[in-house]
Amino acid sequence: MTLPLYGTASRSVGFGRDKARSVVRLRAIDSTAARHAADFALARSPNEVLRAREAGWPSIFVVSDGSIDLPGTFDGRLIAVPLKYNYLADGDVLGFDHASRKFRTLFRRNSAHNSFLVTERCNNYCLMCSQPPKDVDDRWILSEIKESLPLIDPATRALTFTGGETLSDWEDFIAVLKECRDRLPATAIQVLTNGRAFANSTIVDAWKEIGHPHLMAAIPVYASVDHIHDYVVQAKGAFDETALGILKLKDRGQRVEIRVVLHALTAPIIEETGRWIARNFPFVDHVALMGLENTGFAIANDAMLWMDPVDYSNGLARAVDHLSAAGVNVSVYNLPKCVLPRSVWPHALQSISDWKNGFVEECDRCDEKNSCSGFFTTGRPRVSRGVRAFTSSRHELMPMAG
Amino acid sequence: MARFLAPEAFSAATEDLSLLPFNFERAEPSRYLVANMVGDFIRLTEDELNRLVDLRIKPGDGLYEKAYAAHLITGTNQKAQRQLLAARLRSRMSFLRQVTPLHIFVVTLRCEHSCPYCQVSRQSTDRSRFDMSEETAMKALDIAFSSPAGRIKIEFQGGEPLLNFPMIEMIVAAAKARSGKKVDFVIASNLALLDDAVLDFCKLNNILLSTSLDGPADLHNKNRPRPGGNSHELAVTGIRRAKEILGPDRVGALMTTTEASLDRVDDIIDEYLQLGLDGIFLRPLSPFGFAIKTKQFQKYDAQKWLGFYERGLRRVLEISRQGTPFREFYAALILTRMLSDRPIGYVDLRSPAGIGLGALVYNYDGRVFASDEGRMLAETGDDAFQLGHVDHDSYSSLILSDRLISAISSSLTQCAPECSTCVYESHCGADPVYHHATQGDALGIKPLSAFCARQKGIMGLLLDILENSPEDAAILRRWVAS
Repeated sequence: MTLPLYGTASRSVGFGRDKARSVVRLRAIDSTAARHAADFALARSPNEVLRAREAGWPSIFVVSDGSIDLPGTFDGRLIAVPLKYNYLADGDVLGFDHASRKFRTLFRRNSAHNSFLVTERCNNYCLMCSQPPKDVDDRWILSEIKESLPLIDPATRALTFTGGETLSDWEDFIAVLKECRDRLPATAIQVLTNGRAFANSTIVDAWKEIGHPHLMAAIPVYASVDHIHDYVVQAKGAFDETALGILKLKDRGQRVEIRVVLHALTAPIIEETGRWIARNFPFVDHVALMGLENTGFAIANDAMLWMDPVDYSNGLARAVDHLSAAGVNVSVYNLPKCVLPRSVWPHALQSISDWKNGFVEECDRCDEKNSCSGFFTTGRPRVSRGVRAFTSSRHELMPMAG
Repeated sequence: MARFLAPEAFSAATEDLSLLPFNFERAEPSRYLVANMVGDFIRLTEDELNRLVDLRIKPGDGLYEKAYAAHLITGTNQKAQRQLLAARLRSRMSFLRQVTPLHIFVVTLRCEHSCPYCQVSRQSTDRSRFDMSEETAMKALDIAFSSPAGRIKIEFQGGEPLLNFPMIEMIVAAAKARSGKKVDFVIASNLALLDDAVLDFCKLNNILLSTSLDGPADLHNKNRPRPGGNSHELAVTGIRRAKEILGPDRVGALMTTTEASLDRVDDIIDEYLQLGLDGIFLRPLSPFGFAIKTKQFQKYDAQKWLGFYERGLRRVLEISRQGTPFREFYAALILTRMLSDRPIGYVDLRSPAGIGLGALVYNYDGRVFASDEGRMLAETGDDAFQLGHVDHDSYSSLILSDRLISAISSSLTQCAPECSTCVYESHCGADPVYHHATQGDALGIKPLSAFCARQKGIMGLLLDILENSPEDAAILRRWVAS
């Protein structure tokens, strides 16, 4: 199933026009944590609204399909959202637009997969982009992130910044990362970027200066050849800048992950790409070979991009072998175990974010379900013809099958 | 709706392409082996090679993709291809940053063995004549400690170094008392004189043992005669005891190939396996010292040795396929050069050569040599690689001596005839002592060099396995040092 991460509030009260947006943090009614001006008591019934008022909460967030009676004396703030947002919990953070009553869930404290969208602008235009870029002035998003950071639980294990190209406004974004260094020093910060900005030494130096102990740049490389990569990302010269960027980051001791998204343009050459990474970038900190999320542009380009994973799994296994033999830490993301050769299993991770992760009916009787990536539920999911359950009887047959 | 551009929109025009440096060699009629600047290999047909050289290539024709991925071409305005090559070359050559990490102390020339292939040893009881004195040892230590490397290895050689064990104890104690460097110790011994006192000392000081094991008892004892004819028994017992007391990874064995070994490679390997060693170093016979005098060296040529090596390597691979982790160490070294950019300072596989820059040898009599082979030459009257004497030389006068500079600079593979254009150059090395010994010239004529024939033969063999035997290739890739 897919979790709804954005929507429109059914009601809002007490939001002035002095600013257009607010960042809101939800708190349990009985929470004893120090209250911040952005904190809202989380109520799920009229009864709880009453209880929150009695507990002295000036701001209340209601998750309910029922109507809420407010006394005329209520002079605080209130946001009400439908019951389908019932997943919201203590510590979660939302962005709320006063006029339109639109909101987005920015942070879920109980999730291991929190990501902030930094901008929708991008200087690449990838054929399979799951988050198609828009050329709009969305610098308000960075302000919203800055406002959110003080509200995020410092015990958060991991946080991702994504885009768009996260370094579109690199100076403002690097200021945000410095905030992360000061407020969330124990959190693993992953930044998805096309890496082209790092061809500029000034930007790499600024990045190094952030000095967050767990900062990683995750950069896609789609081929060992310039024009193939440039075609996939629809930007001439991108390969040269991205490769140079990775080199400059590592030259300055920064942590880098290389990501390869697998589809009909990249998967048939994945063995060569893996060997090339092993020979030229063995010093990167991680390589992720990733199944395609069939959403965004990937749907529009489905005829050009779809390739059943079982048709590239052997090449993928050889790529994994080249990389791991070279001492490179390599993982396979987003692909269920049944489409992967056994040699790849130790590298296959449960990588799909919880809010868009699902399984098909076949998986219900599969012994491996609990350690399997499953599938994306977003967009127009395509299921490999290789999907089939592993049951204990089949396991016994496996060694003979090799 | 989104507009996407066709692949052609991202293709470079031919006039925007440049060639990057590469070497090549005809491998079969009309098929070429090609290596880029850092030694990544690809195969091209003669037609492809000609089209590449003329830049008659374009994106999508298959050749462009091969050549680009292999760093044979770049867009003229691109930077990444060149920067990647530069970074990789820098890493490969960074062994030069560790200057003179190895210091060999010949604590005695005396030995109780009388091996016909031995380079130098003497059967003598005349301690005053063939043992290193304390004064010489301390002066040698002064020189070792003024070399720039932060971590050095002191290796005790002979003769049989355990015949002058008190001097080893003295040098170890004196080196440990000095500050400023981390020091590792190795004793190269036949282990015949290994006793509890020596083992306790090695354990206490974390000293590695390196010994000789030529194969099964009959072969080993034939190669390595000693009074009692029990060299093999003593070596095997010594290895077992050292493994037990010092730990399984604290003793290593090396074999020397003689004519009698050539048909026995399986037996030799099995001997190493049975002893629980984790691999074998299949070495050629070196052309130094008594080996030349006794005509041992001439008894088999490079091709015969390569046949021996290939049979051995294939046997080692067979053992690995059956699940026992076991490797051939020379292949592992070459593979580390071929499949990674890790800096390898191994003496036969580097250019600039490792003489002096990689190692100095302090002879029992105080003379200092540029390599172990160099002092062996001197024992037969050729002092070409004697750099000086501990009594009147310092580290810098030895390293900056005309002799050393001349031998190193005249043998650089990067600019030597035959070497500079050789497809294997990135993974090979200058061996000026070998070529001086065999051809009277530090550079040498490489087509006449058995060293060259062996190197090319081994690398050709390894490439063949990597390209054509997937299962063995997966094993070989895991031999690369990490």
